[in-house]
Amino acid sequence: MSYDAHFRVWRGDADGGQLQDFTVEAHEGEVVLDIIHRLQATQAPDLAVRWNCKAGKCGSCSAEVNGKPKLLCMTRMSTFSADETITVTPMRTFPVTKDLVCDVSYNYVKAREVPAFTPPAGLEPGEYRMQQVDVQRSQEFRKCIECFLCQDTCHVIRDHEENKEAFSGPRFLMRVAELEMHPLDAYEAGGGNRAEEARGEHGLGFCNITKCCTDVCPEHIQITDNALIPLKERVADQRYDPILRFFRRKSD
Amino acid sequence: MVDIDRHDYDVIVVGAGGAGLRAAIEARSRGLRTAVICKSLFGKAHTVMAEGGIAACMGNVNENDDWRVHFRDTMRGGKFSNNWRMAELHAKEAPQRVWELETYGALFDRTGDGRISQRNFGGHEYPRLAHVGDRTGLELIRTLQQKVVSLQQQDYREHGDHEARLRVFQECTVTELFTDGDRISGAFAYWRENGRFARFHAPAVVLATGGIGKSFKVTSNSWEYTGDGHALALRTGASLINMEFVQFHPTGMVWPPSVKGILVTESVRGDGGVLRDSSGRRFMFDYVPEVFKDNYADNEAEADRWYSDPQNNRRPPELLPRDEVARAINNEVKEGRGSEHGGMFLDVASRLSAEEIRRRLPSMHHQFKELADVDITAEAMEVGPTCHYVMGGVEVDPDTAVSAVPGLYAAGEVAGGMHGSNRLGGNSLGDLLVFGRRAGIGAADYVAGLSSRPEVAQSDVDAAARRAEEPFEAAERLQNPENPYTLQSQLQQVMNDLVGIIRTEEEMRSALQRLDELRRRADDLAVEGNRQFNPGWHLALDLRNMLLVSECVARAAVRRTESRGGHTRDDHPRMDPEWRATLLACTAAEDGVRVTEKSQPVLRADLAELFEVAELRKYCTEDELPRREPEPVGEDSSDEL
Repeated sequence: MSYDAHFRVWRGDADGGQLQDFTVEAHEGEVVLDIIHRLQATQAPDLAVRWNCKAGKCGSCSAEVNGKPKLLCMTRMSTFSADETITVTPMRTFPVTKDLVCDVSYNYVKAREVPAFTPPAGLEPGEYRMQQVDVQRSQEFRKCIECFLCQDTCHVIRDHEENKEAFSGPRFLMRVAELEMHPLDAYEAGGGNRAEEARGEHGLGFCNITKCCTDVCPEHIQITDNALIPLKERVADQRYDPILRFFRRKSD
Repeated sequence: MVDIDRHDYDVIVVGAGGAGLRAAIEARSRGLRTAVICKSLFGKAHTVMAEGGIAACMGNVNENDDWRVHFRDTMRGGKFSNNWRMAELHAKEAPQRVWELETYGALFDRTGDGRISQRNFGGHEYPRLAHVGDRTGLELIRTLQQKVVSLQQQDYREHGDHEARLRVFQECTVTELFTDGDRISGAFAYWRENGRFARFHAPAVVLATGGIGKSFKVTSNSWEYTGDGHALALRTGASLINMEFVQFHPTGMVWPPSVKGILVTESVRGDGGVLRDSSGRRFMFDYVPEVFKDNYADNEAEADRWYSDPQNNRRPPELLPRDEVARAINNEVKEGRGSEHGGMFLDVASRLSAEEIRRRLPSMHHQFKELADVDITAEAMEVGPTCHYVMGGVEVDPDTAVSAVPGLYAAGEVAGGMHGSNRLGGNSLGDLLVFGRRAGIGAADYVAGLSSRPEVAQSDVDAAARRAEEPFEAAERLQNPENPYTLQSQLQQVMNDLVGIIRTEEEMRSALQRLDELRRRADDLAVEGNRQFNPGWHLALDLRNMLLVSECVARAAVRRTESRGGHTRDDHPRMDPEWRATLLACTAAEDGVRVTEKSQPVLRADLAELFEVAELRKYCTEDELPRREPEPVGEDSSDEL
């Protein structure tokens, strides 16, 4: 059950590039990453692509297949017809390094801007007690494999380089939500306010809940419903609660 | 050589998996300027692939657990060829290392009373594995990654620079280590992104590079597992032990071909999944070896009762150590009772409700659905052995993780000894944390005690740069250059077919011959293009390591004329107590790899006391057996048996 598949792969670097056509063998049960590897082994040894686990667990092989953000290792060839031309391009939101590899350092910068988990005072290692129902909410977000496909698809930054400074993207807003929902995070006891920082430092207001991030998440995390909307609600509660508002005005 | 970055640190950690990050956190927390150099992006290390959990005797689910029980299980799993001191330290310190992760923000699954939940796993007497569904490795790597970030945030507050004391050099590959006399002085690396070279100057290097599985065709390992740390250590003068012991995980995916080898977590069996042949028969009852007969059930009724009443029933044989299960599957397939695609059936669908499966094994459910179009809540999975882990690695001092080379440390999979001839599931993540931390302390203490810093010689840097550029020069020089992708796939085939799960002298001799040919051909490796993110070039450089380490595996395996753990000889099927006390150590010589026999450290008397003499007799020679006289043995007795 082999056939010749038609591929168009973007090749180039920061200075420019173009789509290049390839005809390459495909076998039963293969995924797009297998085809890219076959291209490397037979036709384009220096074709750059990131990958590690090839099992959808590490989030390295993110790219766009026919314009849609995908993990190459989880995109099965059987989802395309044999005569279809499959176009593979790097993620559009990040600057290209070479071929399918792009510079994702934006994400590492944003990660550093989220204050870390603050351990509760007075609890020694081994003394933490949490109920499963309470950890489950944050656990959903910790399924994130940091493929950055949600960042790639998010229209706030996809074609708006100028928003990158003020907006951390769904991945890191979700990280704020994760910490905000952590049963033992003591950050707020120390005077921090994660929801307020999501609004102020991380640009939560840019998000207009179109759910594009949720749609592309390979881990099926309900980013919008379970992280972003609750965070927005928390901000609304704090900012627009008439009584709290009164106090904030005074302290501003 | 103008095109080269220079960096000065106190400690360089090579690898950013669990062991590397834990070592870096420790070194940095002790005030050292620390660099982590890793081949992939930060947070993508192979540790993310670990599924089942972290073995630690916290006793949250069964309070009878303690370090002695864990120690015993580890030694049994390794067929008593473990370095006992490492097994002891691991069993004693793992709980503290797990609890510490909670202070970094980790969120493990919980028990009813709010503590960390623990699950059953092969070879562990009690439910012992702290876990998060079946994505524990991801939780571990993310937690450590975020701890690194939190230390960087602290540095930013204090010094205005996130990277003042801890920097991650991601997508940067170390190709050589430098020495000054016999002491470590630094490392040479290239950046994947642009091919620029970098020289690192540091008196201590911690190797945390993981394993060697990519030298085998069917493997659960990623491209990174090319034995870099093993090879770096050898070339620097350190020795590798136990290299003949390679773990084939019993359950890898077998279909479709492109996913062959991808891991199916042991948690499937820990949570109730069973192995069946094509007629639906649970065949593992036929494969309980003599040494385990007291602990494993010989009938289905008892095995099934064990899940609800572990005190009064023996364990299901599906939960035997991995080497036993892998051999059983291999044999069943060979005898024609396997699946259409050459595997056996792993059935959890008839054992747990669909909802329970989705909750406990979400990644497996997802993986089979997406990659194989199989719904594991309704159908059995087809599984077969896959190269998963190398027990062998750098010979280190158990307490400090230092190798024979001053300044060179190793922790995690790249270190040898802890797991003996076979690693228990769940003992890897604990190993990373316990010995990652110890390596960080070891390196910190060493650096603090130095009166002068070893230097990097410019001539060594130039030579390393020349070697790294060779594949480009070969492309211009040679008429018929070798293609790295072709050579790699031939190497993988040789190791898989001739030094795989079942071995014979004849096949391994032939493997050694072919490895020799491949090594000669590797001198003519050539690559196209330039140094900017060029996977062909990266592979050409990795291949040198893969070939060297593969030779270690084959040479040690030929030498060991017995079967033990992850080393099964068709021509020497018996486990031989005479071999138990023998370590095979590989060193690099002018003409290749040299294997020498050494004695295992003798089991400390108080640890020997933890076993019945009758059990020790199954593994040890009569001379080694303790003489159990009535006189008591002190806690720190150095009496040897």
